[in-house]
Order: sequence, then structure tokens, then C-alpha cells
Amino acid sequence: MLDELAADGFEYIVCDSPAGIEKGAHLAMYFADRAVVVVNPEVSSVRDSDRILGLLASKTLRAEQGNGGVKEHLLLTRYNPRRVASGEMMSVDDVKEILGLDVIGVVPESPDVLSASNAGAPVILNVESDASRAYEDAVARLLGETLPLRFVEEPKRSFFARMFGG
Amino acid sequence: MGLLALFRKTPSTARVAKERLRIIVAQERSARGSPDYLPLLRRELLEVIHKYVNVDPSAVQINLGHEDGHEVLELSVSLPEARRGR
Repeated sequence: MLDELAADGFEYIVCDSPAGIEKGAHLAMYFADRAVVVVNPEVSSVRDSDRILGLLASKTLRAEQGNGGVKEHLLLTRYNPRRVASGEMMSVDDVKEILGLDVIGVVPESPDVLSASNAGAPVILNVESDASRAYEDAVARLLGETLPLRFVEEPKRSFFARMFGG
Repeated sequence: MGLLALFRKTPSTARVAKERLRIIVAQERSARGSPDYLPLLRRELLEVIHKYVNVDPSAVQINLGHEDGHEVLELSVSLPEARRGR
């Protein structure tokens, strides 16, 4: 089927994997050339990502053929710079260090994501949203562009707002 | 938060999370390298031993370790204490 799609002229075939490490994930990853592992800055998510990375390195066609394996990318989502700054959330660097991979993008936690999901419209189409711009950046990096990370720093707030936890 | 956070000395939860992850991930990565046949090997060994001695399923321990560049398969079977007074 993938060959048919390629014959139809598609350059990239994106295969979404169901959440969790089960049959669906195995099927989605088996023929992959590249994989984007989506991770949240939470213990359970980082742990599962590490397991998936292990499977990508062993249970895929590319790994079995021994031709370099699947190229792995990390996409960090639901990132909250304010909570990172106050030590309540692991930082980009923490996640990178534990998984030993660089990130292809950091998507800030945003109410727009749920709204978009409710409306059935991809959040990337909401160009006003930080999350949308972060996804745009991630896609550009996947296609080989070099862009600095955005939305990983806490937005500057006034002195009083900080003092009173506003 | 705000002012209070400046005086807080307890380790941040993010640091705790990172520490936990380090341990979990290291543990899982070491288990990942072990061959798939270990559980089956363990079960079959248990069956053979069971033919001669009545051992508990948890009495057979198999570990794969590394020593001086060799892989060492460590097998430990604890036999039940011989019954006396018969």
C-alpha cells in the first residue's frame, strides 16, 4: 500500500500511531524511515518514549535490515515555560538529556489545542496560536531547515505580576 | 508562589521527576539488551527441575550479566529444605 501511495506521487507519508505501545504502534512504525516521537514533560510519557525509541531501534524493517535504522526525532508538547522556570516541570534540556536525543520542536501548552480538537480543525491552521507556530517550526525543521526554538522561555512579565504570582 | 518560591528549599518536583526517570530508564535499558528467550528458558528449566524436585516457581532465578567482556548466564535454584523426621 505504501508503494502504491509513493507511485501516486506522494513524497511524505505520515502514519499516526495510536497512543500506547501496542500492536498499533508496531504496525505504524514497522516500515518507517523516520519517526517523530511525541513526548510530554512527564515521567510516564518520557518513560514510554524511551521504550518506543528502543523498539524503533530493534523492531522495525530498517533495524532488521541493518541499514542505519529509523531516524528518530523528538517533539516535545504541552510545554509550560512558566512551570519549568518554577521547577514544577522538566525542561527541554532535561528531556533531551534523559532520552539522548535532540528535539525537533517544542510546542507550548495552549488552550487552542483543545479548542481546535473540539472543532475538528488542526491547530496548525489557527495562525494566531503559539502552538500553531511551534508546529510550523517543527515541520520546517523536519524538512531540513534550521530554526531557533521559540516559546521555551517564560514571557516577560512585570515586576508586580511576578511578585504576586499573577 | 511568587515571593514564597524564592525562599523554598525543598527540591523541585521537576528535579525529582528527572531523578526518577534516570533510574527507571537505566533499569529498562539494561533489561532491553537481554535476549527474548530468557523467560522461556527459565520456564523449561523449571519444568525439568520440577520432575525431580518439588520447587517453587520463584525458586529459579536467571540473570544475564557482563564480566570482563563475557556474557555470564547466572542460574540460581534454591531447593526446598529437606523434610526431616520421616
